Amino acid sequence: MIHEEIIIAGFGGQGILYAGKVLATAAMREDRQVTYLPSYGAEVRGGTAFCHTVIAEEEIATPVVTDPTAAVILNTPSKEKFEGKVRKGGLIVLNTSLTGDIHKRADAAYVDVDATEIAERLGNVRATNMVMVGAFAGRARIVPLEALVSASAELLHGAKKEIIAINEQALKEGWKIGHG
Amino acid sequence: MTTQKVLMCGNEVLAEAAVRAGCRCYFGYPITPQNEISAYMSKRMPEIGGVFIQAESELAAINMVFGASAVGVRAMTSSSSPGVSLKQEGISYIAGAELPAVIVNVMRGGPGLGNIGPAQSDYFQAVKGGGHGDYHQIVLAPYSAQEVSDITFLSFDLADQYRMPVMILTDGVIGQMMEPAVIEKKEVRNLLPKDWALTGCRGRKPNVVKSLYLGDKVLERHNLKLQERYRQVAAHEVRYDAYHLDDAELIVVAYGICARLCKSAMNDLRAKGMRIGMIRPVTLWPFPSRIISQVAGTGKSFLTVEMSFGQMVEDVRLAVNGKSGVHFYGRGGGEMLTREEVLKEMERLYAQLRGGKNV
Amino acid sequence: MKKIFGRTPSLTDAPTHYCGGCGHGIVHRVLCEVIDELGLRESTVGIAPVGCAVLGYDYWNFDVSEAAHGRTPAVATGMKRARPDLTVFSYQGDGDLAAIGTAEIIHAANRGERITVIFVNNTVYGMTGGQMAPTTLVGQKTLTSPHGRKFEEFGEPIRVVELLSQFRGTAYAARTSVHNPVEVIKTKKAIKKAFQAQVDGIGFSIVEILSQCPTYWGMTPVQSVEYVRDELVKYFPLGTFKDETGAKASAV
Ligand SMILES: Cc1ncc(C[n+]2csc(CCOP(=O)(O)OP(=O)(O)O)c2C)c(N)n1
Ligand code: SF4
Repeated sequence: MIHEEIIIAGFGGQGILYAGKVLATAAMREDRQVTYLPSYGAEVRGGTAFCHTVIAEEEIATPVVTDPTAAVILNTPSKEKFEGKVRKGGLIVLNTSLTGDIHKRADAAYVDVDATEIAERLGNVRATNMVMVGAFAGRARIVPLEALVSASAELLHGAKKEIIAINEQALKEGWKIGHG
Repeated sequence: MTTQKVLMCGNEVLAEAAVRAGCRCYFGYPITPQNEISAYMSKRMPEIGGVFIQAESELAAINMVFGASAVGVRAMTSSSSPGVSLKQEGISYIAGAELPAVIVNVMRGGPGLGNIGPAQSDYFQAVKGGGHGDYHQIVLAPYSAQEVSDITFLSFDLADQYRMPVMILTDGVIGQMMEPAVIEKKEVRNLLPKDWALTGCRGRKPNVVKSLYLGDKVLERHNLKLQERYRQVAAHEVRYDAYHLDDAELIVVAYGICARLCKSAMNDLRAKGMRIGMIRPVTLWPFPSRIISQVAGTGKSFLTVEMSFGQMVEDVRLAVNGKSGVHFYGRGGGEMLTREEVLKEMERLYAQLRGGKNV
Repeated sequence: MKKIFGRTPSLTDAPTHYCGGCGHGIVHRVLCEVIDELGLRESTVGIAPVGCAVLGYDYWNFDVSEAAHGRTPAVATGMKRARPDLTVFSYQGDGDLAAIGTAEIIHAANRGERITVIFVNNTVYGMTGGQMAPTTLVGQKTLTSPHGRKFEEFGEPIRVVELLSQFRGTAYAARTSVHNPVEVIKTKKAIKKAFQAQVDGIGFSIVEILSQCPTYWGMTPVQSVEYVRDELVKYFPLGTFKDETGAKASAV
C-alpha cells in the first residue's frame, strides 16, 4: 500500500513550494489521498524553505511530516537539516550540484542528481526543482511521469510555452535518473 | 471555476466556498495564519461585484459585517485568535440584534500574542460565548479541506435560518494545508425572505435592528425568544461522526485536525484487536451531548484529545455526568500533536482499563 | 588604535532577524545611540509593537514591554502617568499605529502625554506578509491590493505627523527617512529632540521615519532606497511639522 511522507527542502527562490504542489497535484489527478503543507509565517524568512507532501491510499492522519519516508534536498543547509531525519530504509534525493555526493546514511537509499547542472543545460536553472521531483518520482513510483508533466503544465497555466516545455524536459530527465 | 477537484489550502477553499455560498461582503484584517482568506477575497470579490475591505482593525471588520448583514447581504469576516478576541463585542451585538453573520477563527497559539502554530485553545471563547450576555453562536469545526467547503456553505444557511452568528473554527494546519476538495453546495434549505432587513421602508412599516430593550421584562422576553431559538438549533443542528460505538470500551472524543490523528490511530489499534471507538463533534455548539450521554456507562471510558490543555473535555464530562471515566490528553502553545503520541496514549489507557484498574 | 565605531550600550549584540536592506535595524541603532547620548538607558522603558519589530526586546538593552497590536500609546500612557520619572517610548509600525491603533495614538497626542513615539512607516504590513497599510501609496500593489491601491476604495495614505501636529498636546512632530547617511543623521537629530521634549516635560513627541521594506516592495535593497528617495518623499514630505522644544526650553 502506498504511503509516502515527503519533505522537499531548499532555499527560498528554488521553487520548493511549487515542487511540492506539482507532486501533490499529480497525485490528486491519480485519485490518491494527498496533503500538502508549506512552511508558513516567520519560518519562511531566513532562507530555508520546505514543504510536507503526503501521498497515500488510505485517509491521511496528518499533513505534518515528522518521520519522512523521503527527503528531496536542494541545497546544503537542507541536507544538514533533513538527511538525518529520514526514516530507516527511506529515500534521499540529493541535488549534488549544490550538496555534493557524500552519503551520511548507510540505512537509506540515495539518488544523486546533478540537478542544477541539468536545469542549466536545459536553459533555465529554475527548473532544478522539476529535475529533482522527476528523479524522486522515477524512483518512488507513486505517480506516473505523465501525471507530473500535466500537473506542472496545469499549475503554470498562462505561463510561456517555453517555460512549460523546459519543465517537462526537466521532469523527464530527472525521471530517467531516478528510474536508473 | 468548475466543480472539479481542486488542490487549495483550507483558507482558500473556505474563501471560494463563501463566494459560491453567496457571500458578497468580506471584511478582514491581516493576521497569520488566516491571511490567505483576505488575499483571496481581495482578488475574488471585485471579479463578482462583491465587496472586499481591509478594515482598520478586527473591531471595525466585525462591525462592517453587522452593517452589511443588517441591510440583508451575506457577509463574513475572518481572523485568528488575537483578532477574534477583538471581535467579541461585535459578536455579542450581532447575537443581540438577531443578525446572521459568518465569523472564521483560524486558531493559533495563545494567550496574548502567543505564536502562529496551530491550536484549539479558543474552544471556550467560541463555545461559551466570548462576549457578554446570554447568547450562543453556532460553532462548526471542519477536519478536512472538503469539510471546510461543505461547512462554509452550511454556515451561511444556518446563519440566515436562525438569524444568529455562526463561527467556523479551524486552526493553522487546516488553514494552511492543501488537500483535494470539490467546492459545491450539497444541502439545500428553504430560507425565508429577509423581511427584517433594513432595505428602505417603501411600502412597509419601518424596520429596526437593535439590541437595546428597555422597560419592564422587555429584555427578558427578548432573551426568552433567543433561548427558544437556541433550543431549536440544539434540537435540529447537532452534527457529529461516530465510529464503533457498539463495541468500544474506550471512546475517543476529538474535533478538527486532532480528530484525523485519533481516527488513524484508532484504526491501527482496532486492527490489533483493541475495542476503541470515537466521536468526532462537527458542531461544537450545539455539542453532541446526547450521543455521549447515551453511550456513557459501565464498561466504557472516554478520552478527549485536544490541542489545548483541556477545554472541550469539560463538555464531555458534563455529558457523561459521572457515568464513565473521562480522561484527557493534549498539548498546547501552538504545538501540533503527532499521530504516534496519540496512539501511544490510547494504547496505554486501553491497557490500563483492561488491566481492571478502576479509572 | 582609536575605536571610531562601536556598539552603543543600549544595543545588544544579538543579530537581528530583519531582512537584508530593512530599515528597522538602522532605526534601532540611532534610537539606541540617542538614548545613550542622553544618558537615559537606565530610566528608559521601551514598548515593542506587534509587527516586524516585535522582537525589539532582543535587541534593546533596557527594559522593554510588549503590548497588544496598536495599543502601545495606551500602555505607554499608563507607564508614564504611573512613573513620570521614567522615559517611555513606543515603537510602532504603520499598521500598528495608523490602522488598528489610530484611536490610541490620537488621544495620547491630544492629551499631550509625555511619551515619545518612534513611528516606522514602510507603507506595508511586513510581519503578516505584505498587506496594504493605511500609508500604502495610491497605485501601490500589495498582497491585498493586487491591482494597486485605489483612492475610491481605500482612501489616500494617511499623513500621520501632519495630523498629529494639529493637537496642542503635541510638542514635537517630524518626518525623516533612513535611505542615505545624511537622512540617517537627521533622523538621529529628530529622535534626540523628541526625547528631549519628553525629558523637559513639554508634551507628546513623535518622529515618523520612512523605512525600506525590500521584501514586500518586491525590490532589491538598492531599489528600495531609490524608491524612498524618488517616490515616498513626494507624498510624505520630510521635515519638522511642529517643534515647541526651543520655545519652552528658552522660557525655562
Ligand atoms: C489583534 C491583532 N490583529 C492582527 C495581528 C497580526 N499582526 C501582526 S504584526 C501586524 C502588523 C504589521 O505591520 P506594521 O505595523 O506596519 O509593522 P511592520 O511589520 O511593517 O514593521 C499584524 C496585523 C495581531 N497580532 N493582533
Ligand atoms: S518584512 Fe520588511 S519590515 Fe519586516 S524585516 Fe523584512 S524588510 Fe523589514
